[in-house]
Amino acid sequence: MRHLLSIDDLGRAGIDEVCELAESFLQVTQREIPKVPALRGKTVASVFYEDSTRTRLSFETAAKRLSADTMTFSVSTSSVKKGESLRDTVQTIEAMGVDALVVRHPSAGAPNRVATWVDAAVVNAGDGRHEHPTQALLDVFTIRRHRGRDLEDARVAIVGDVRRSRVARSGTKALAALGARVTLVGPPTMLPENLDGWPATAVCDLDAVLGDLDVIYLLRIQHERRDATHFPSLREYTTRYGLTVERAARLAPDTLVMHPGPLNRGVEIAPEVAEGPASVITEQVANGVAIRMAVLYSILGSGTLGTGAVVV
Amino acid sequence: MSDSLVIRGGRVVDATGSRDVDVLVEGGHITDVGPGLAGDVVLDASGAIVAPGLVDLHVHLREPGGEDAETIDTGARAAALGGFTAVIAMPNTEPPQDDPAVVSSVLATGARALCDVHAAGAITVGRAGEALAPMGELYALGVRIFTDDGACVTSAGVMRAALEYARSLPGAVIAQHAEDETLATGHMHEGEWSSRLGIPGRPAAAEEIVVARDCLLAELTGTPVHFLHLSTAGAVDLVRAAKARGVRVTAEAAPHHFTLTDGACQSFDPLFKVNPPLRTAADVAAVKAGLADGTIDAIATDHAPHPTESKERTFEEAPPGMLGLETALALTITELVGPGVLTIEDALARLSWGPAAIAGLPDHGGPIALGAVANLCVFDPTLEWTVDAAKVASRARNTPFDGRCLTGKVRHTILRGEPVVADGQARR
Repeated sequence: MRHLLSIDDLGRAGIDEVCELAESFLQVTQREIPKVPALRGKTVASVFYEDSTRTRLSFETAAKRLSADTMTFSVSTSSVKKGESLRDTVQTIEAMGVDALVVRHPSAGAPNRVATWVDAAVVNAGDGRHEHPTQALLDVFTIRRHRGRDLEDARVAIVGDVRRSRVARSGTKALAALGARVTLVGPPTMLPENLDGWPATAVCDLDAVLGDLDVIYLLRIQHERRDATHFPSLREYTTRYGLTVERAARLAPDTLVMHPGPLNRGVEIAPEVAEGPASVITEQVANGVAIRMAVLYSILGSGTLGTGAVVV
Repeated sequence: MSDSLVIRGGRVVDATGSRDVDVLVEGGHITDVGPGLAGDVVLDASGAIVAPGLVDLHVHLREPGGEDAETIDTGARAAALGGFTAVIAMPNTEPPQDDPAVVSSVLATGARALCDVHAAGAITVGRAGEALAPMGELYALGVRIFTDDGACVTSAGVMRAALEYARSLPGAVIAQHAEDETLATGHMHEGEWSSRLGIPGRPAAAEEIVVARDCLLAELTGTPVHFLHLSTAGAVDLVRAAKARGVRVTAEAAPHHFTLTDGACQSFDPLFKVNPPLRTAADVAAVKAGLADGTIDAIATDHAPHPTESKERTFEEAPPGMLGLETALALTITELVGPGVLTIEDALARLSWGPAAIAGLPDHGGPIALGAVANLCVFDPTLEWTVDAAKVASRARNTPFDGRCLTGKVRHTILRGEPVVADGQARR
């Protein structure tokens, strides 16, 4: 794997390899000194054109635990404000001697464009509405750690503004690649305008699918970017699509509750549910570091993939 | 200047038909048409078609304000190399062509260019879609096509006012960039590909709503409406139906809309970003059918140069538009004439006398006959060549056809008797 731009770059075999590697790295992260020399001498640059504390910290922690050097380029402190083009910016960063660029951008396809301009590896850390492949990988990794490796016919509902969600697009691809049955749930203004290319079904009635799920995955309502035409109000959204305490009580006892964070408590998920026994939201964050170690190692490491024992 | 010029050995094709004759040009006019003519300068037309010069209803020459992308001089050079003897320069310059001083300046610069440069005037001040621009003053300078192109006149009330006002300006045409801006908020055609790629879309309905509305407004006011760059199957159907009930509407289509589909956007390369966007294969087929049955009157390029750095952004951030002048004739031959969608005569009707009639250009598109102004295009309809973005005459390089092998190449372009392009090379 040269770049990770989309879940399409991996396929089932690639997802399996990254998850196996992440399992080993998860053990590393639990050691007293959670660090291995696997990427010593390599430099990983975070190039973030969009605010993101969580994803950036997760990638940088992953890189540091692999002993890579890290640098951060964020738009608020950069010459982008002076009008520098994306191409000039990434080529300048590459010229400093960078082996991988971790790119977050508000526009779809930005990492694809960057990959055509640089020799360094490019990892997509979220691009517009398009993809967020490492989020999808950590999500399937988390599900597998609870339900076992086989996700064939696992029933997963992804609830929220699917149309504008890179998490949903990558997640659906990854889950479908592993054989899971994905149902997208939301009002029609939040479902994909066209389902061709989405290996999923779509419904508008959350209550109709609630009792029949292995995983319920709640997307964050980006009300700070809300266009008033998507839905009438946060209150109405919560009433129709929020995972309230009442709805959570109707889930099967072993249904996993997931969320990519950050949470809007009381909007898409009730605080009691987010902290309840079915919630694996904190585990998702911890697993994110291991997954990103696995991705960076897959791209920059010298060892063979898939053995799990290479570096640890 | 006073040398006579003979175009020898070609097949003349114009609105009256075709015949194998030579064409003699003296003093800027055609002075003889017939076999075995002699002249001081001979342009070889053997194996070639001699046609009235091509007319492009829709080009962005970027001057004033966007000279890093194109100038009137470089754009007209590209036009001449593409076989065009007249172009209509769209008004979205900076400042815009909503003012007599700006239009006068464009026309004065264009008078020295390698093709006739006509200026379109804005419909509204600042192309903002609110207050009418001084259409009468612009008309007095020769403006006949009024459009806010790049922007749609989204308000039905403003569009109606423009159409009514234009009734006092004989020959004036209101040309609409038909995309409802409250719907067309995205960056590519809304459909399977936009959903796959996560790029916000521009639905076909955004175009069709405005086409439907403006057909009704043309009917209400009696003023002709010209639809710029028709791109959807539904829009073609609406224009066909309006024409059938006698409404005075005309339409153009751009070569990229009969050549490329929205799948091209999967590269995320903004070279494929354009408004209206590249549509589906079914839309491409409908545009071709509309060109074949005359629903679409003209092929117009929407030549839209952008500096390289402005396309070195993400798909969503880059400006829309692509070059077209140097590839339009070849794409028409390759995509339409070769596969039998259009005869060469019909292709030239869409590229020359059709648009010349819409724009009201008496010196262009007319029959190649004694006394006519010598605006001519001589092209080899079978020559194959490969598009090379690095070698275009435009200042910008943003062609989506780089590396594509096309059939049909301009050999000579004659502007008012002057061979501004000879043997494929611009002469000045």
